[in-house]
Amino acid sequence: MRNYANVIAAYSVMLILIILVGIFQSWSIALSILNYCLISAVMTIGANIQWGYAGLINFGIMGYTALGGLAVVLVSVAPVPEAWSVGGLNLLICLFLIFSMVISIRIIIKKYKLLKNKYSIIAGIIILGIILIRFISAPAIEAIEAIDPAKTGFLGGLGLPVLFSWIVGGLFAAGVAFVIGKIALGLRADYLAIATLLIAEIIVSIIKHEDWLSRGVKNVIGLKRPAPYEIDLQNSEWFINLVEKFNSSKLNLVNSVSDYQDILKQLVIDASSVYVKLCFTGLFLIVVIALLILTQRALYSPWGRKMRAIRDNEISAAAMGKNIVKEHLLIFVLGSAIVGLAGAMMVTNDGLFTPGSYRPMRYTFVIWVMVIVGGTGNNFGAILGGFVVWFLWVQAAPISLFLINLFTAHLPETNDLKVHLINSAPYFRFLIIGIGLLFIMRYRPQGILPEKIVKN
Amino acid sequence: MAFFEGNKMTAGYGDGPDIITSCSLNVNRGEIVAILGPNGAGKSTAMKSLLGLLKLKSGYVKINDEDISKLSPQDRVKKGISFVPQTKNVFAELTVQENLEIGAFLREDDIQSVISEIYELFPILSEKKSQIVGELSGGQRQQVALGRALMIKPSVLMLDEPTAGVSPIVMDELFEHIIKIKKTNVAVIMVEQNAKQALSISDRGYVLVTGQNKFEGSGEDLLNDPEVRRSFLGV
Amino acid sequence: MDYINAIILLLNFTILPALTYGSQLALGAIFVTLIYGILRFANFATGDMMSFGTMFAVLLTYYFQSIGLSLGFLPTALLTIPIAIFMMIFYMLIIDKFVFSYYRIKKSPPVQLAMVSVGVMFVTQAIIRIIIGPSDRRFLDGEKFILKATEFKQMTGLNEGLTIKSTQIITIVVTIVVVSIMFWFLNKTKTGTSMRAYSDNEDLALLSGIDPKKVVLITWIIAGILATIGGVLYGLDKSYRPFVYFNNMLPIFAAAIVGGIGNPYGAFLGGYVIAFAEIFLTYAYKKFFGYILPETLEPNSLVQLLSTDYKFAISFSILVIVLLFRPSGIFEGKKI
Repeated sequence: MRNYANVIAAYSVMLILIILVGIFQSWSIALSILNYCLISAVMTIGANIQWGYAGLINFGIMGYTALGGLAVVLVSVAPVPEAWSVGGLNLLICLFLIFSMVISIRIIIKKYKLLKNKYSIIAGIIILGIILIRFISAPAIEAIEAIDPAKTGFLGGLGLPVLFSWIVGGLFAAGVAFVIGKIALGLRADYLAIATLLIAEIIVSIIKHEDWLSRGVKNVIGLKRPAPYEIDLQNSEWFINLVEKFNSSKLNLVNSVSDYQDILKQLVIDASSVYVKLCFTGLFLIVVIALLILTQRALYSPWGRKMRAIRDNEISAAAMGKNIVKEHLLIFVLGSAIVGLAGAMMVTNDGLFTPGSYRPMRYTFVIWVMVIVGGTGNNFGAILGGFVVWFLWVQAAPISLFLINLFTAHLPETNDLKVHLINSAPYFRFLIIGIGLLFIMRYRPQGILPEKIVKN
Repeated sequence: MAFFEGNKMTAGYGDGPDIITSCSLNVNRGEIVAILGPNGAGKSTAMKSLLGLLKLKSGYVKINDEDISKLSPQDRVKKGISFVPQTKNVFAELTVQENLEIGAFLREDDIQSVISEIYELFPILSEKKSQIVGELSGGQRQQVALGRALMIKPSVLMLDEPTAGVSPIVMDELFEHIIKIKKTNVAVIMVEQNAKQALSISDRGYVLVTGQNKFEGSGEDLLNDPEVRRSFLGV
Repeated sequence: MDYINAIILLLNFTILPALTYGSQLALGAIFVTLIYGILRFANFATGDMMSFGTMFAVLLTYYFQSIGLSLGFLPTALLTIPIAIFMMIFYMLIIDKFVFSYYRIKKSPPVQLAMVSVGVMFVTQAIIRIIIGPSDRRFLDGEKFILKATEFKQMTGLNEGLTIKSTQIITIVVTIVVVSIMFWFLNKTKTGTSMRAYSDNEDLALLSGIDPKKVVLITWIIAGILATIGGVLYGLDKSYRPFVYFNNMLPIFAAAIVGGIGNPYGAFLGGYVIAFAEIFLTYAYKKFFGYILPETLEPNSLVQLLSTDYKFAISFSILVIVLLFRPSGIFEGKKI
């Protein structure tokens, strides 16, 4: 158990910090932070599998997160029958065309290796395919997007329970990762980083601009959630009674009946938001713990040892007959699937899908900082990194505001520098995260909780 | 007192075991000295120690009676010691002429006359002077490597397996060039795998075994020494 | 059929903008490639470093305007470039001293340096946003157009107008001058040759007496010049917005890799390859075909291969194709 002492200590500190937020700011904020910490933890588990287990750099985390979010829309939103009737068929034909393009290119590459002008044939197929697809899809897309554009203007989803979309999000991400992995995994580490960064950008730009699929930058709001709605809670007898019982000591001090009702109403509103967030916390905790158990078991299994052997010395692992490309592809797909799952969880938590908000800073680089700060190759570390960095990311603005006020206390309120600095407080989070990353990389390159060397 | 000598050198990599122990080598101007020995005998390590790429644990390196044991490789280059590594010994992306110019990087004076001397020594390079070295044949690249090392007009030239991986014809040609270099009053010290050929052009030779001097003597003596012949020359 | 109008149309809407954008990308791509070739890491702070230099040009332009200093018909920003470059180099050298040099001396793997550059990216972005804020800024003054469409129509009597923006000509001319000087320096001077030698074979360069500190110093100086000028030219032509600069890193990386990373000639050409591909593939050719085809064949759709929304996607697709088939770039063979 001694081995876990620092893990327990680190997590206790984190928990205390979140509790302090609950006491000093509000429990609702504390739970929001905790939920996002848990989502970040899922993302870091995914990234850590790739980087920590196999040494693969995946700067495409943003893309998989967005795919997970898309899954929520496509699974849980009710279908739009009018849209399907005006353009569904054409789009299905296009899907079939893309499918047959891929198949025919594969056949050409596999079967006609020696053909001299095979690349021009492939290029021809692609160009012809694009023209054909545009020709068929353009009227359909226009028709779909014209149907009640303020509310729908897209095909909608399947109308299934939202939790189902978490799995689908993982599958989406896994499928795309499989294709990307097939293409890019042979590249040198830094090329892979750049390539995945750019491919993620392509994925997001497709989601952003194909309105018939995802409503694009018009966003999808009011998504289903796997937890009760606040307004329902506020109107249900049992919940009000529960709140009343919980706060009975406080309420007993109130004398007038109307005051009592007002205060109770306010308490119920606050409690409903906390209750909903607690439901999410519970769900997320289940996912994080399940993933943690799975990844820990994988790490100490023969497969995990094999992955570490490949990571630490590719050449000798290859010489011992390990199929590095296959293993890398597997781990790339697995890690991406977990990130996709996290993306779906995040959109479910927010209740809205905003393709315009997917930016590499927030969804790729911050996640990477989490993995590196927490401890590369150590799942407990990666999760802790998710917690610490997310906490800093959220609390950086208040902290820096406090510091700015402290250091400029002697200046008058109208001082230009002071006003400017106070207005810039939100940007100090980049500074704190950046300097934090640089310090960790310099003085504790293994992260807060380093990878443990397992000896068998 | 030899012109360039390493005396009782002991060195190894990092915290690892000593690769050479109390190994002594020396060379005079206008002389070719070959360092021979089986694989792992510490030949390259001895050369790296002479150059300062490895720190000595004990012993010293002197040139012209001046102790240079504490100097960095770059500072030893300034003292007139030039080195041709076994691999990656040319700037493959630069032209022949540029390789030579970089060789003379430390010289402040006019290097054109030195370059023409090199071209006289290696006529083929003169023809290919504006060609990218990466496009030359293996033998020509070795000549560029030699030429680059000679640009500082060294008093000591150290060669790490100059004939590794070249055909026998090219090897003979390279050895002829090395003899020509020696005649310009340069002290040549080389590590060689092709022991017989190397000894035939060398004035003296050292045979190292497990990092220590085992035999030494003139090229001819070593070639005729029955024990050396049996154990290292495979005759 | 009207070929002259068709050519003017293409010149106005594709070739001139592509040359301008290509020049801006080329400067950035050479910056990336120099850092990669000599300092040996992929610098993810590229876009933000360009942004950092440009920020000073913007601020100084505002200051110069306030004290009434200007270049007449040329943008004031040109006057600020030397000072902005100086600040940029100063910043880069500080970062190098406190961040990068440690890993260089330790000979850390390139991946680690790339990750460190992500840290530098965060810090640089923070500094920029704290100093100048995230909003969109225009700092172009002086004459906006060299030739206006209406003037051109009057001059030539053609249907199609040709607009030449002064920023387009400034961008192209400055790029040609800067890049020529840089290639002259790299190829014809002793220091330049020593930098190429260091990039090619570090160990042998050290054995030849090349001082690595000097090579690193000069690399940052050139990088600072390229980054600042590239950034200022882009900002003059479009506008200055920190987030856009960060995003520009992506096509710049694409250009550098397409050209064969580590190879400045390739990076220079790669910039134009990316720019031309982006603009030619997203241009709607309806009007163009209207001029060159007989009326009966005139297309009624836009004749646009891809919507302009996918501008970035094009450069990335090119990059992926290049990585797959020619990972060493399409201009393989001649380096620096």
